[in-house]
Amino acid sequence: MELIEIRNITKSYNLGDITVPVLNGVSFQVSHKELIALMGASGSGKSTLMNILGCLDQPTSGEYWIEGEEVSRFSADQRAVLRNQKFGFVFQNFNLLPRTSALENVAMPLTYTQDHLSDRIARKRAAKMLDRVGLGDRMGHEPSQLSGGQQQRVAIARALINRPPILFADEPTGNLDSKTSDEVLKVFQQLNEEDGVTIIMVTHDAYVARHARRIIRIRDGVIVDGDDTERQSPKATQEDPGASAAETGGAR
Amino acid sequence: MKAYRSILTALKALRRNPMRAMLTTLGIVIGIAAVIAMMEIGAGSAEAIKKSISSMGANVILILPGTASSGGVSFGAGSVMTLTPKDCEAIARECPAIRNVAPIVRARAQIVYGGRNWVPSSISGTTPAFLAIRDWTDLAEGESFSERDILNANKVCLLGQTIVRELFQGESPIGKAIRLKNISFKVIGVLSRKGANMVGMDQDDTILAPWTTIKYRVSGSTLGNVNQSSTSSSTSGTTVNTLSNLYPGDESGLYPATSDVQQADNPMPVRFETVDQILAAANSTEEIPMAINQITELLHERHHIRPGEDDDFNVRDMTEMSKTISDTTALMTKLLLCVAMISLVVGGVGIMNIMLVSVTERTREIGLRMAVGARGRDILRQFLVESVALCLVGGALGILLGHGGSMLVRMLLHWPIKTSPMAIAAAVLVSGSVGITFGFYPAWKASRLNPIEALRYE
Repeated sequence: MELIEIRNITKSYNLGDITVPVLNGVSFQVSHKELIALMGASGSGKSTLMNILGCLDQPTSGEYWIEGEEVSRFSADQRAVLRNQKFGFVFQNFNLLPRTSALENVAMPLTYTQDHLSDRIARKRAAKMLDRVGLGDRMGHEPSQLSGGQQQRVAIARALINRPPILFADEPTGNLDSKTSDEVLKVFQQLNEEDGVTIIMVTHDAYVARHARRIIRIRDGVIVDGDDTERQSPKATQEDPGASAAETGGAR
Repeated sequence: MKAYRSILTALKALRRNPMRAMLTTLGIVIGIAAVIAMMEIGAGSAEAIKKSISSMGANVILILPGTASSGGVSFGAGSVMTLTPKDCEAIARECPAIRNVAPIVRARAQIVYGGRNWVPSSISGTTPAFLAIRDWTDLAEGESFSERDILNANKVCLLGQTIVRELFQGESPIGKAIRLKNISFKVIGVLSRKGANMVGMDQDDTILAPWTTIKYRVSGSTLGNVNQSSTSSSTSGTTVNTLSNLYPGDESGLYPATSDVQQADNPMPVRFETVDQILAAANSTEEIPMAINQITELLHERHHIRPGEDDDFNVRDMTEMSKTISDTTALMTKLLLCVAMISLVVGGVGIMNIMLVSVTERTREIGLRMAVGARGRDILRQFLVESVALCLVGGALGILLGHGGSMLVRMLLHWPIKTSPMAIAAAVLVSGSVGITFGFYPAWKASRLNPIEALRYE
């Protein structure tokens, strides 16, 4: 049984009278322990696809199965529980709570878990996670006192606190310089190899995609290639890293 | 999501912006403080007003004997003597709503001291409880008579200020003897000044003496007169200006005097145990109706009046005065309530405003919380708890501030204040519900956010 299977997913937005199609029938499968890069230019629909995969959004049509369960018809509350238990999210702009310590940021998702952990256990687990991402000495620091790479590692620790099988990363290195990008990507690879976490990264950066073991390319709402599971050498991209930051803000 | 955890989360969120939290809650703090201070000061003044009105006799209940009628002619209240001192004792014993009760025997007579004379508007025989009922216990001079004086029918009296002025002219009357119907009374005390009553009668023009003395020595000096008190209160009982009488005080009987033999044949009760009125004071203005019921029931029982039969007594209260009191208090309470409502609504709107700003400002945080698994109701609860916590903290601060303020007023201005636990409980309750009412819309708005749009919100 595949971890994730989507069949013929479509998504369109209604803007007044006109309907804008974003995804036009996307199908693929993801097995356990994969490290996938979802690539495409801005407006290609890669972010929308990730939102649907992450159950933040619902497809207009199509089927979405996770571990043999069809989740595309889940209610909002069921999807919330699913997100809490099965998914971790890492965002381009980190999305840490301001004026809140790294430890509390990491422990935050535990507030919403069904099996209520005591405060002590929750903090212990959060501390362990921070240790894992190499921030064991920065637990009391607030986001404003941390560098971008450190903030992103706090965000990764937060995403992993509930030990999810799947991690979604939306342009995880978009706001980072190349050195810290490498640190973050190394953390991803470690997680993938040592803990068997399935990671799906959305990126338009070929360098980042090169760290993945499988690349799925999207253009105009359809998959153009990426059904092979072998590591691919990226095609030359026109995008230069400087323009990427400005572009991703409006990316769909 | 457990309750204590959502409270913890809310407090953490508030702590991230303490300055704003304080300013937000300021509206509630001021509102509650104003309410508490107004309540305490208002209740204090209401109490003071009530006290001064009841010193005029607002809690007083008057029990009058019944009405006699003959051939369709009614003789008016008090024409039958049905009340006894025993009734008075029974009321004191068996009516819990009654604070004090005193019998009254009235007389009208000329009083003489040295070369001067005067006719007081009232001569009352009573007990020391009378002074407590009329809130007259602190005398200007001397002291009151005692129970022993009543038992022995001692010839002692208390004088009102008007009489002191008319008879003594600056002299101290204590220890002096005045004559009342040729009976010598020793003055043992002077009543404090009370002024005119509500209908303009001078309340200081009065003499108080033990009721036994008035009953048996003054009114009942001629034993042949059966209906002593009623005759004594009519003008025929007085000796004033009866110039035709050769010997003042020597009353001519209506009937021929009885001989010793006749008296032996028809033994007349020597001491008629009746009083003209009974005066009682209820514990409080609110208890007056209850007190009246208790007295009525007791007297029905004691006088063997069956249901349906006419009462042989009347119970009156000072309706006009007690109405004034309750009107004053009600008006006060309504005014305070208006102030309270307005200030709390203003405070609540402030809370709602800031919560809306907060929801907008924290849109990304809400999106993130939703992404990591918060359900709509978790978000709703978190924001609701935040606004309720704000309001409750504001309420607590307001209670402290308001109480402190009213204490300050008492210390500096010497206004009476009255701490009201009810107002404090109401303040807590109201601030909590203001938090829920005005926090609900922003919280609901937050819970309805779309996670993707919230995450992308700039």
